[in-house]
Amino acid sequence: MIQVDGLSKIYRVAEKQPGFAGTLRHFLRRRTRDVVAVQDVSFQIEPGEMVGFLGANGAGKTTTLKMLCGLIHPSSGRVQVGGFSPQRRQAEFLRRITLVMGQKQQLLWDLPPMDSLRVNAAVYGIPDGVARRRISELADLLELGEELTRPVRKLSLGQRMKAELLAALLHEPEVLFLDEPTLGLDVNAQARVRKFLAEYNRRTGATVLLTSHYMADITALCPRVLLIHQGRLFHDGPLEALAEQLAPEREVRLELESPVAPDALEGLGRLEQLEGCDVRLLVPRDQLTAVVAQLLDRFPVRDLDVTDPPIEELIGGLFRQGRV
Amino acid sequence: MRIFGLNRRIIRVLLGSQYAHMLEYRAEIALWALSGVLPFIMLSIWSGSDARSGLGLDGVALDRYFLSAYLVRQFSVVWVVYAFEEDALLGRLSPYLLQPLHPLWRYVAAHLGEQLTRLPFAALIAVVFFAVQPQAFWLPSLGGFLLAWLATWMAFAIAFLFQSLIATLCFWSEKASALERLQFIPFVFLSGLLAPLTAFPPAVRAWAQWTPFPYLIDFPARVLAGQPVDLIAGFGAQLAWIAVLLPLVLLLWRAGVRRYSAMGA
Ligand SMILES: Nc1ncnc2c1ncn2[C@@H]1O[C@H](COP(=O)(O)OP(=O)(O)O)[C@@H](O)[C@H]1O
Ligand SMILES: [Mg+2]
Repeated sequence: MIQVDGLSKIYRVAEKQPGFAGTLRHFLRRRTRDVVAVQDVSFQIEPGEMVGFLGANGAGKTTTLKMLCGLIHPSSGRVQVGGFSPQRRQAEFLRRITLVMGQKQQLLWDLPPMDSLRVNAAVYGIPDGVARRRISELADLLELGEELTRPVRKLSLGQRMKAELLAALLHEPEVLFLDEPTLGLDVNAQARVRKFLAEYNRRTGATVLLTSHYMADITALCPRVLLIHQGRLFHDGPLEALAEQLAPEREVRLELESPVAPDALEGLGRLEQLEGCDVRLLVPRDQLTAVVAQLLDRFPVRDLDVTDPPIEELIGGLFRQGRV
Repeated sequence: MRIFGLNRRIIRVLLGSQYAHMLEYRAEIALWALSGVLPFIMLSIWSGSDARSGLGLDGVALDRYFLSAYLVRQFSVVWVVYAFEEDALLGRLSPYLLQPLHPLWRYVAAHLGEQLTRLPFAALIAVVFFAVQPQAFWLPSLGGFLLAWLATWMAFAIAFLFQSLIATLCFWSEKASALERLQFIPFVFLSGLLAPLTAFPPAVRAWAQWTPFPYLIDFPARVLAGQPVDLIAGFGAQLAWIAVLLPLVLLLWRAGVRRYSAMGA
């Protein structure tokens, strides 16, 4: 469904000193600098796949998605989506895809989402009856009700995002490009959007490529992960393999009834922090259950929490360790 | 059939939603309609001045000309460059570029929706005008009214295309909207907003004929006021300007979007 070969994007940015003199100098002798945003990226995605696109800020995720949907032109390389060349932006192609950007919106701010939905139905040539049925189905899945008839500006961020999703999916695209669709949402709203995307993929068999800051989005949705760093692709495969590679250890936080000595924790993972009753341990994944059982057995535990470090930290750690 | 993505259903739905959208701004639009009273100020200045005789219009005809100029202006005001600039800035342009409809149609619909919102306020101004100047009251014939309507819409089309041309330059420079302010000066003088074009020396008038400005206010206003005008020449010039501007706008738009896509949307 998606075929990417040797894709690169180099942005040419104007270099301009601040102030009037800088502007003048820039006007006389234009200086530019090249920013390599995406470099020689290749992958292939089959119909119906849900793929997570991971990477730190500035890694090149958004740039890649924009090239895949035809919004920006590659500097080199080849892209094919559903047999189309995205950058030509043929109407036939546009009808099959959608791009949702968490930060940017298409709904008219002062009108209820329903008005924008009606416009989209007309623009995509969806018959009225079909559009009504789809709107009510999608609204059910998204748990949207009377919000659709309230002005967008009066909706919460989460409600707005769900309405944006509805608007972006009304034409039943075969390929979804989602850029940070859960950015800034509270945990509940994130979970709801996630559940919705999984259900949408199951029902329609759509192909989904999703970027996110939140590891939870990717773990919940994407069996396959692409990890991009400084414009280069360096992992393409199951999430588990990546998680193990990135975070061979998990973090265990303990709150004890009474303080313990450091040597009491010997053999129970790597001790990161010990402050009175608060303990932080890093435990290899394969020993996690055994260690937790021992901890509960040996110490008066008030609270225990096992977490995955945030993705940014994991990836940062990976590069610090020089494993790339 | 679709013209740049447009068909009848889209026109209906787009106009409906944009009308609803503009109704949300009716207070602002009412203020704009009120603030467009420049022609009336000019009328009072001309009426009290000895230079009036040089205008080629007598008292009542002058009243009618300036009311007509006001009305034509109300239905040919264009602000596409500002809307476009804002959309480009807020990133709304990107989703629009990914829909099978030429984004300029949205702006056309927004303008028409705004005109519809303006209608009652402009009508109110006309009623007040006639209450103050009852001797100036006139009703154009149906034919005259329809011709004036057509001329006003063509004026709107020219102004819209002209400003869209400036808007497409936003793809190259963030300062493009400054050009809009620049062209406002010749517009005010040569369009007929300050005085009917007959008030200008023949040399200026002859020269102005070759700009789009007289066809934006002066020509439609004369048609509406029922003054003798060369309809063929007026409509001919309007059509010619549309024929020149339309392909130019489409061409520059396409080049601009290509540049936008290269720069990084
Ligand atoms: N329009 C642009 N012009 C110049 N540089 C850009 C532009 N968009 C993104 N970049 C740069 O390209 C790199 C990749 O950005 P992006 O694709 O937005 O990363 P991500 O989405 O992974 O955070 C960054 O260094 C960013 O600063
Ligand atoms: Mg991004």
